[in-house]
Amino acid sequence: MKLKAAILGPGNIGIDLMMKILKRQELDLVMMAGVDPTSHGLKLAAERGIKITTEGIHGILQEGNIDIVFDATGARAHAMHAPLLKEAGIFAVDLTPAAVGPYCVPAVNMVTDSDVDNVNMVTCGGQATIPVVAAINSVAPVAYAEIVATISSKSAGPGTRQNIDEFTETTAAALVKVGGAKCAKAIIILNPAEPPLMMRNTIYCLCDTSKFDEIVKALEAMVAKVQQYVPGYHLKVQPYVDGDYVVTAVEVEGAGDYLPKYSGNLDIITSAAVSIAENYAACRVGGAK
Amino acid sequence: MKQVRLVDTTLRDGMHAVSHQFTAEQMAAIAKRLDEAGVGTIEIGQGDGIGGSSRQYGFAAESDEAYFKAVSRALTRAKWCALLIPGIGTIEDLKVALEYNVGTVRVATHVTESDVSEQHIKFAKQAGIEVIGFLMMSHMASVEKVVEQAKLMASYGADIVYITDSAGAMTPDQVKARISCAKEAIDVPIGFHAHNNLGLAIGNTLAAIEAGASLVDGTVRGLGAGAGNSQLEVLAAVLDKLGYETGVDFYKLMDIGQELIDPIMHRPQIISNDALAIGYAGAYGSFLLHARKAAERFGVDARDILLEMGKRKAVGGQEDLIIDVAIDLSKR
Repeated sequence: MKLKAAILGPGNIGIDLMMKILKRQELDLVMMAGVDPTSHGLKLAAERGIKITTEGIHGILQEGNIDIVFDATGARAHAMHAPLLKEAGIFAVDLTPAAVGPYCVPAVNMVTDSDVDNVNMVTCGGQATIPVVAAINSVAPVAYAEIVATISSKSAGPGTRQNIDEFTETTAAALVKVGGAKCAKAIIILNPAEPPLMMRNTIYCLCDTSKFDEIVKALEAMVAKVQQYVPGYHLKVQPYVDGDYVVTAVEVEGAGDYLPKYSGNLDIITSAAVSIAENYAACRVGGAK
Repeated sequence: MKQVRLVDTTLRDGMHAVSHQFTAEQMAAIAKRLDEAGVGTIEIGQGDGIGGSSRQYGFAAESDEAYFKAVSRALTRAKWCALLIPGIGTIEDLKVALEYNVGTVRVATHVTESDVSEQHIKFAKQAGIEVIGFLMMSHMASVEKVVEQAKLMASYGADIVYITDSAGAMTPDQVKARISCAKEAIDVPIGFHAHNNLGLAIGNTLAAIEAGASLVDGTVRGLGAGAGNSQLEVLAAVLDKLGYETGVDFYKLMDIGQELIDPIMHRPQIISNDALAIGYAGAYGSFLLHARKAAERFGVDARDILLEMGKRKAVGGQEDLIIDVAIDLSKR
């Protein structure tokens, strides 16, 4: 028996999620919810035979019998949705920066605790860089992690643009909480070049560089782990030592499900969200809950 | 008499030329003298603005707060100014500046990305301070695009909008076209920030003023990223000769240069080969020292790195791409 899922927020992220869920067929996608009847995402969902609602969260609650909701709206909206979903016993995968529930980066801390009913997907930059910091930290404690995410202007939607501080603050917080760094800083750069560039992330870790060989091994293993759910994730700059820092860069090529391949930044967060939902479904169907 | 407002950025853009190593004490001493010389607005802090102190851009000698505190105490008439680049600095960082009575904040974005500044401009306006919208790398966009983006910044509440030649890549006609069209399209004053990579900083600044700019930037000794900025004491003297009122005593600026800046400069502020490459390629000025370091590490020519950075259309802040480019070049 497949668990029933719904997507809340029919924007770029919501549509990309829909494509991924339909492609993988691990979950039964039953509804796409929005508020704007002219939404392109709702139209695409309807074309694929998915039930749509313009009543937002209320449409989902009225539908009933839904197990998982992907929230791809906004931070403020999710803060309102979270208690309603909880009350209805629905597992929430939060792709906004609201961070009601714990941060989750599948390759690092796949949430399996059955008490957790809401997980937060951090940011695209967090999904791309936290695995690297966690891998390095597992060998040599990271005293300071700094990441620089460069994404194409075309793939940064209005949500990111209007709340760019949330990106840097949330990413930095999760680099500490999930990545294990003592402290952290995140920087984001938008580049309008045509053709659009792929999402690129540079990671600087202040740590004991004498363990470099072990660090490289841990990193390679981690990249392989992320590739299981984001095939386009790869090292762009092989790790090297610069003073007290280990430096490396990863690039994320999207799967091109809805948005073009340069939108690896969206792909990595939607892929991570689907991976978490499938894991939750497997646990539940397997009788863990 | 025609008036032009001079903004000094020796203690912010100039930080790039000293790898962000001015101490708070040095900044305070220089700021005090700039104030006495009649400079009304003095921008300070790490070269990439508040929150810019980082492994990516270079750690500053002291914290943002240490600079704010020292300079705010040293000033009597002048107001100090902070640079905020959304994506690097945040509103939380700006709140620290407000505690030290920052007078002006310049919210800077790449020339095509001004919508990321909306939150910051609105917050600063609500806090009651002067806000300058700062369109970086203006040479990379068409006149129409520059005007569209300037309009956006003004619509968010910016009191002034700057056209910024971060790469020192523009020629006087390009400057004039951007300034005059922006001036025509929006009601707020227009400013111009030059770099000297093509030897045109003063000339471009004059072109900007002729086209309608009413604020312009400079630094003592021209200290700044790449080949540096418009040399403020020279600019003040030239403007004086041309009959502009700036309120600044260029003789006192010369003294500041000789007594306070010359002794702490890391190298002469000239149009080095690498700086010329930046201006020619249209690359971001602060890539200079990072490119030199990478050139040495990977055994390539810094000029080649900078030309390639221009080809790849790198924007301000992409210092980390320099390593990719250096590695790629070393394999050729």
